[in-house]
Amino acid sequence: MRLLVKFFSRRRNWSLPYALFLAVFVVMPLVLIMVYAFQSKDGGFSFENFERFINQPEAANTFIYSIGIALITTLICLALGYPAAYILSRMRPSSSRLVVMLFILPMWINVLVRTLATVALFDFLRLPLGEGALIFGMVYNFLPFMIYPIYNVLQKMDSSLIEAAEDLGATPRQVFTRVVFPLSMPGIVSGIMMVFMPTISTFAIAELLTMNNIKLFGTTIQENINNGMWHYGAALSLIMLVIIGITSLFSDSSETDAANDGGLL
Amino acid sequence: MVETQNIIELSNITKNFPDKVVLDDVSLSVKKGEFLTILGPSGCGKTTLLRLLAGFNSASSGEIRIDGKVMTDVPPHLRPVNTVFQRYALFPNYNVYDNIAFGLKLQKVDKQEIEQRVKRALKMVGMTDYEHRDVMSLSGGQQQRVAIARAIVNRPKVLLLDEPLAALDLKMRKDMQMELKEMHRTLGITFVYVTHDQEEALTLSDTIVVMNEGKIQQIGTPTDIYNEPCNAFVADFIGESNILNATMVRDRLVRFMNREFECIDEGFGENTPVDVVIRPEDVYIIRNAEAAMFHGVVRSSIFKGVHYEMLVETPDGYEIQIQDYNSFDVGQEVGMLIKPADIHVMQKERTENHIEGVMVDATHVDILGENFECLPVENISAGTKVDVAFGFTDVELTDDADDGTSWGTIRFILYKGDRYHLTVRTDDGENIYVDTHDVWEDLDEVGIKIPPKALRITPLEK
Repeated sequence: MRLLVKFFSRRRNWSLPYALFLAVFVVMPLVLIMVYAFQSKDGGFSFENFERFINQPEAANTFIYSIGIALITTLICLALGYPAAYILSRMRPSSSRLVVMLFILPMWINVLVRTLATVALFDFLRLPLGEGALIFGMVYNFLPFMIYPIYNVLQKMDSSLIEAAEDLGATPRQVFTRVVFPLSMPGIVSGIMMVFMPTISTFAIAELLTMNNIKLFGTTIQENINNGMWHYGAALSLIMLVIIGITSLFSDSSETDAANDGGLL
Repeated sequence: MVETQNIIELSNITKNFPDKVVLDDVSLSVKKGEFLTILGPSGCGKTTLLRLLAGFNSASSGEIRIDGKVMTDVPPHLRPVNTVFQRYALFPNYNVYDNIAFGLKLQKVDKQEIEQRVKRALKMVGMTDYEHRDVMSLSGGQQQRVAIARAIVNRPKVLLLDEPLAALDLKMRKDMQMELKEMHRTLGITFVYVTHDQEEALTLSDTIVVMNEGKIQQIGTPTDIYNEPCNAFVADFIGESNILNATMVRDRLVRFMNREFECIDEGFGENTPVDVVIRPEDVYIIRNAEAAMFHGVVRSSIFKGVHYEMLVETPDGYEIQIQDYNSFDVGQEVGMLIKPADIHVMQKERTENHIEGVMVDATHVDILGENFECLPVENISAGTKVDVAFGFTDVELTDDADDGTSWGTIRFILYKGDRYHLTVRTDDGENIYVDTHDVWEDLDEVGIKIPPKALRITPLEK
C-alpha cells in the first residue's frame, strides 16, 4: 500500500495509465500490421503481399477508385462548406452558435444509424442506390468536419483587416479574394484533412448505400481480414496508412499552424 | 454654399446604436491641410466619428461631405481617405512591400511606379530595406510605421488616424509624435487624428475638438483650449486644473473661497453663479504668509522631475493644487497669490437639476422612471407634464443601488476644491448632477434618494 502511495505521489507516474493505453491500443496494432504485412503465409519475411497488390489489378483499382471518391467528396464538402462557414461567421455570435450546433447535432448519432436513415430516405424517394447515393452519404456525413474548422478561422479573423482592405480601395469581391480567402487557408487545409483522410477508409457507408455493389478500399481490407487473409489485409492497411501519412505531412509543412487555427485537429 | 477651404464638412450627424446615442447632432468642418485632433475620454464617440468618415459605419442622420462631394452613403473603398488603425491591421499573408503596395495594385498603378512610391513611403517612415520582411516579425513600432506607409502611399485627400500610438511605449510614442508632425508638414495632407491623450493632442494639432458623451464640447487651437476652456469638463480633461464654484460679484470681480479676487472677465452680470478655473502652475506659492492674498497648509508634495506638485488646504477647507519649482515641506504654513489674468471664469452650465416628469397624484411625481414622493401640490391634476427642480446638494446617494427610489451610475467626477460634483446617469438615461463630500468612484452604481421637500414642481406649458 505504502509503495503504491509513493508510486503515485510522483507526478510523472500519473501518465503511466495513458502510456499503457497508447502502447496496447495504438503502438501494438501498428507494429502487428507492420509485422503481418511483411510476412508470407508460412511466416517468413517477404514482399509477397505488396507484389500481389501491384500485380493484381483488382485491389489497386479499388484503391484508385477510393481516392477518386474521397477527392470528389472533399471537393463537394469544400464547395458547400466554405460558403456556409462564411455566412455563419458573418452572423451575430448568438445565432451563429445555434446554427453551428444544428450542423454538428447529427454527429451525435451513430454513423450507421444515420446511413441507414439515408438508405430509407432514398427508398422513400424512389432514388436508386449506387455511386450517387454513396457520394451523397459521404458528403452528408463529413460536411460538418469541413464547415467547423473554416468557420473557426473566419470567425476569429480580425475585422479591422477587412476594413483596412476596404479602406485601401478593395471592392467587396477583392476583399474576399485578396484578404479573407488567403487568411482562411489554415481552416481549409484542416477541413480537407478532416474529410479526405477518413473517407478513403470508409466501408460501412459504401456497403449500405450501394448495397455492396461498389467496393471502396476500406471494404477490400475488411473483406480480406474477414476471410482470414490477415497478411494481405495488413499490407493493404499499411499502404493506406502511408498514403494518409504522406498527405498529413504535406499539409503540415505547408501550413504549420493549420491545426492550431483550425481548432479541430 | 460649400467653402472650398473645407475638405470635410459634417452637418448634424447623429449616430444611434440600439441601446444608446453615440453621436448627438455633431457638426464639424475641417480645413484643407489641417492637423485636426478629436479628443475625448473612451466612449465619447470620437472613434465612431472617425469610422463614419472612413465609411465603416453609416450615420443615422446628417450629411458628410469630403472634398465637396456628398459621401454620406458612399462605401469605404470609394472614399478619398485612408485610415491608420490602432492595432495596425497589417495583412499577415503579405510582406511589408505587398502590404504597402496593396492599394496601388488595386488602382492598377504601373508596376515601376508602384515600386518607386513604395520605396519613397518606406523612406518617409524610416523603414528603408524592410520590403521583404514578414510583417508579423516586426515590432509594434515598426508595424505602425508600415501601417502609416500603407496609408500615405495612396496619397489620400485625408488621412484618418485612430489612436495610432496608443499601443506603443512612452519613448516610442514621443518619437512617433515628432515624426507624424514632420510627415504632416511635408505631405500637406489633412490629418484627422483621434486620441484620448490630451498631451498628444496639445503637441500635434492645429485644431482640437474636445468631445464628451457624443457631443462636441469645444473646438479651438491648443492654446485656446488650454487657456480658455469653455466649460468644467474641458478644463478638467485638458491638463490639471483647480475648478471652483464662484460668484461673479460684478465685472472684473469674482468671489470664491470666501474672498473676492480681481479678474479680467466681464459681461457675466452681477451676482451670477460661475465656475472658475485656475491652472496649478498659475498659483504662486510663497513662504511669507503676510504678503499673500490667502494662506494655507501644505498637505502633500510630490516631486515630478521638473516641478513639485503640492496640495494646499486653506482654513476654510478648500484644497488647491499647485505646481512650483520650489519645494515646501508638508505641514508648512504658506501664502498664495493669483494674478487676475490667470483666473478664468466660465459660465455655469447649470445651477440646479431640471427634469421633466409626470404627476401621479397630489403627493407623487414620476421622474427618472420611478415614483418620487413630493410635498402635496395643488392645482396640478394627475397626468400633467411638469418640470421638477432640485438642488445639487439635495440628492442623497447610497451604496446599495436598491436602497434608493431610483438608481444610476456615476459617469463623471469633478473635484471642486471642497466638494465633488458628480454626474449620475440614471437607469432611464437621464443625467442628474450631485454635489457631495463623499468619495465615489467612476462607474459606481448608486441608489438615488431625494427628500420630498426638495422637489419644486411647476407645470409645463402645453
